[in-house]
Amino acid sequence: MAEIVIKNVRKEFGDFTAVKESSFTIEDGEFFMLLGPSGCGKTTTLRMIAGLELPTSGEIYLDGEEIAQRAPSERDIAFVFQMFALYPHMNVYNNLAYPLKSQGMPRAQIRAKIDEVAGILGITDILKKPVGGLSGGDRQRVALGRAIVREPKAFMMDEPLGALDAEFREHMAEELRALHDRMGATTVYVTHDQLEAMQMGDKIVVMNNAVVEQFGTPQEIYDKPATMFVADFIGSPSMNFLDFSGTIANGDTAVDLNGHPMGMPELREGASGDLAFGVRPEHVHLTDDGTYRGEVLATEYLGTTQIVTLQTPNGEVKARIASDQTAKTGETVGLSFNPGTITLFDKSSGRALKSALNEGVLHG
Amino acid sequence: MAEVSLHNVSKKFGKTQAVVDVDLTVPDGAFVVLLGPTGAGKTTTLRLIAGLEKPDTGDIHIGGASVNGLTPAQRDVAMVFQQYSLYPHLTVRDNLAFPLRSPILKTPEDEIARKVQDVAEVLHIPHKLDNKATELSGGEMQRVSIGRALVRDPSIYLMDEPLSSLDAKLRADLRVELKRIHAELNATLLYVTHDQIEAMTMASHVGVLDEGRLVQFGSPREIYENPKTAYVAARLGQPRINLLPVGVLEAPAPAGATTMGLRPENIRQGDGHDATVTRVEHLGDQTRLHLKLGSHDVITLTDPHSSLNPGETVQIAAQNPIFFDTDGNRVA
Repeated sequence: MAEIVIKNVRKEFGDFTAVKESSFTIEDGEFFMLLGPSGCGKTTTLRMIAGLELPTSGEIYLDGEEIAQRAPSERDIAFVFQMFALYPHMNVYNNLAYPLKSQGMPRAQIRAKIDEVAGILGITDILKKPVGGLSGGDRQRVALGRAIVREPKAFMMDEPLGALDAEFREHMAEELRALHDRMGATTVYVTHDQLEAMQMGDKIVVMNNAVVEQFGTPQEIYDKPATMFVADFIGSPSMNFLDFSGTIANGDTAVDLNGHPMGMPELREGASGDLAFGVRPEHVHLTDDGTYRGEVLATEYLGTTQIVTLQTPNGEVKARIASDQTAKTGETVGLSFNPGTITLFDKSSGRALKSALNEGVLHG
Repeated sequence: MAEVSLHNVSKKFGKTQAVVDVDLTVPDGAFVVLLGPTGAGKTTTLRLIAGLEKPDTGDIHIGGASVNGLTPAQRDVAMVFQQYSLYPHLTVRDNLAFPLRSPILKTPEDEIARKVQDVAEVLHIPHKLDNKATELSGGEMQRVSIGRALVRDPSIYLMDEPLSSLDAKLRADLRVELKRIHAELNATLLYVTHDQIEAMTMASHVGVLDEGRLVQFGSPREIYENPKTAYVAARLGQPRINLLPVGVLEAPAPAGATTMGLRPENIRQGDGHDATVTRVEHLGDQTRLHLKLGSHDVITLTDPHSSLNPGETVQIAAQNPIFFDTDGNRVA
């Protein structure tokens, strides 16, 4: 299997830049997520790794070998598309056998290979069936099987679960991840769904407007976002930004929000102008007596927890609290924030300010 | 607005029983969400009320009167579909005005102007009224198509997964907005979805459908805390409730119970039975632990910064379990 290194890769389509100089490393055996909104360049990046697009500049290494300008067939990478591309007139067995036949593999070997892969995917009993009559899940498994039989160095998947409904998607996500854990093949997976990325990925690259915003493990990206975009895109509800302006200095451990001092991890750099105080909803606590106050605008029941939307002097804030705690629309309550989890942002650049919390993660 | 009720309504398509003997009342002013996976009969129920399908048996009442013989237009319902169907060559204003200009409603132009303005304000799009429909973002287009239903004053709004083609952020915003609109207009709304978050956060009442049958109807809290069947219990809650054979974890089980339902947050760690960690999912605000308890898969939650790794062992015990019999019905 394989390590994939992306180095200063750039892609232009005419005047349009789909991907600006991007660099990251996908380690051998990793389940690697390319995450971002539509049009951010994630699919183009995936297609460049697979060889379906050639980079305008930059290098791509597969197992140490530079492959950026090679044809897809010379890369030994399998691609799984969102729409299950199966041959409708063939049965499951022949769909799986096709890529092997075209490689010229002897028939007995093909049979052995397909038996093995069908076992892994749990589709042994449908090998004789035409693909037309299969359920969505089985079609998806067959499509995966077609990629697996070739034993490629890496798998590229472009939103393979995008077309499925919520419950089934969750089920297939678990199945895919379990399959990966059994096979250990390097997998690059494109999605716009942050929950899917957090749930399945070992590492995540977050892209926006053709740029890599951040690259790291799911928890790291969640706790220590490098930009406001990442803080907003990851998490549901996303991070709250309380707007304030002023000057803060290296070494500060609190900021002033509308006359109330709010604690935070010690800053490693100063800033001034329009700033944002970033806090995740589960780190907002509601109190009866707090002096920093907000009005409850809405509550949303979620079972064990509820989301409470509040109007504060520094903007709207969402809090995730236990559902047995009462919060009534129209009431005014005190708010406090868990100081160790706070990230400050410079609103003009959208960048997180370095602090004791995130200094190990932020670069440049 | 009006109360809508279904009495023993059934509908078959060929051999498929799409809706089976459904009794359902949407109270005047309620926000009812029908929840179920693909094929549960949600959309068919909506279409039966709208008059787009005819029931094989049973009665449908709107505002107390049977509507069985009435055409969709006569039923005076407003429907919003998953795919926004706007007229691309018309402005937002004309798209919103379109239903009011229909020969049946024959609304005077000054009233149309007033209604369109009102609805645009409710939806926060008054500054977009003179834009062409094609110049809008996806979220704005869906707001306009919801607006096209809102300009009318129907007996009920019927919405078929109106948010499912939008991205996660927009969906979250529009959830809050729909709830606000419902409260402001005091509207009666029947909404179908397979998204449990939409059901829990917006509904005054949730109806859970299983293969065409309405298996439970109640407030989101009732359905989450007091599911009548294992199927219902598995519809609400993320991660899903663990369904384990009785006896796998110690807990006093009532007579007749064969399955124990244990929500992930109701698993205590640190004592009880050994379980092996198979996978750790860091979702940010919570961390999900996938465990093997003997031959059974169990999911529980743990501290977001847990340092547990696959292969390690944890002890787990049941807290506040609920029980089901062999047919999946709740036993107390």
